Amino acid sequence: MKAPPFAYARARHLSEVFDLLESHGEGAKILAGGQSLMPALNMRLSSPDVLIDITRLAELFGIKVNSNAVHIGALTTHSEIERSAEIRKHLPLLADAVEHIAHPAIRNAGTFGGSLAMADPAAEWPACCVVLDAQIVVASKSGTRRIAARDFFHGLYATAMKPNEVLTEVVIPIPGAGTRHAFLELARRRGDYAIVGVAALAKMTDNRMTGLQLAFLGAGDKPVLARTTSQAIVNKEFSDTAISTAQDALTQDIDPAADLHHTAATKLHLARVLTARVLKQLAA
Amino acid sequence: MDTTIETTFTLNGERVTRRIPVRQNLVDFLREEMGLTGTHVGCEHGVCGACTVRVDSKIVRGCLMLAVQAESRKVETIEGASESGELAELQDAFHKRNALQCGFCTPGMLLTAQDLITQNPHATREQIRWHISGNYCRCTGYQAIVDAVETVLTARRSRA
Repeated sequence: MKAPPFAYARARHLSEVFDLLESHGEGAKILAGGQSLMPALNMRLSSPDVLIDITRLAELFGIKVNSNAVHIGALTTHSEIERSAEIRKHLPLLADAVEHIAHPAIRNAGTFGGSLAMADPAAEWPACCVVLDAQIVVASKSGTRRIAARDFFHGLYATAMKPNEVLTEVVIPIPGAGTRHAFLELARRRGDYAIVGVAALAKMTDNRMTGLQLAFLGAGDKPVLARTTSQAIVNKEFSDTAISTAQDALTQDIDPAADLHHTAATKLHLARVLTARVLKQLAA
Repeated sequence: MDTTIETTFTLNGERVTRRIPVRQNLVDFLREEMGLTGTHVGCEHGVCGACTVRVDSKIVRGCLMLAVQAESRKVETIEGASESGELAELQDAFHKRNALQCGFCTPGMLLTAQDLITQNPHATREQIRWHISGNYCRCTGYQAIVDAVETVLTARRSRA
């Protein structure tokens, strides 16, 4: 189908975005990469009064690294993250995750900030930001504020952002030396929506896992930090028994709902499978 | 706010200025206003890849971009890439390897395959499959397309 009628404004400054958001409220939608919004418009699942095109705002682009964090501008595309040597070096989890995001033509347009603001529970970046304990920077007429990724996602397509705010940047702490990472995802075809996936960080010392962080995608209405599962295996002698204990703890962290193709039981089973795989990959 | 915007961009090497309805997507503009019907409209929600075009030298979905967003960009369609001769070797390989039947996916498939060929001269069959994973073909079963792309990559490596 074709998109319903809407007004369109190409913002030249962030201040214009703020003004438009103030005057149109929830009738306004921010147009970034458009890889989720445009399908929603074409399928008439969304009918905003006005689209605010922010793609010309130079200050929202780019990847900057300082001593302890990586700053990713909201309009940085998935492809730019894929090709970034700085990301590969400092945040290899993102470099591993990006190849699961859709297809080359979509990665060339879709943005990091757009994915977070969209808050699709099956998306890769929200789970990565949760596991990396990122800070999400949002701005409005009244200034900027930082929201911890772990508090940012409220549910299906719902975030802590107010209707007058725009996501400008994400600040991701660089994991300490010796931190291992893994990103695994199951999908029906390459680039399709995740059935279930997991982002993970940990250290290994004397065959014991420490600092384990696990975040699941596609396992709830938002990315889920699996604290009980992690606690079941950290600081214990790493073994198949310890992995089983962690798998058994999984039901205390996630309670996935059925989707079009998979029952809840299937999704839980697949999350168990991924749990074992991700722990083994971290320990290897 | 206006419901149409005067928009100027480069289309297949030529400067174009048109007043464009803001809700019109790029592929519809190219087909209906410019008569460039080589770019196809399939699913209209970014899944099938039939509408693939290049904007500022990068492949994108023509159905997921508003035509007014092309302002001051460089847009290339299958017509431009074909007439320049850039795709000749790939088109020849598609022909020889039977990498098309109905031809609906072919323009998007060619631009996507060309994107891989320019970025990764050493792509494996697996990497070819990854790269074209967002372009649906309902005729060939993909094997012949992978063969054609591999043929071009192999030929170019042997000449290098």
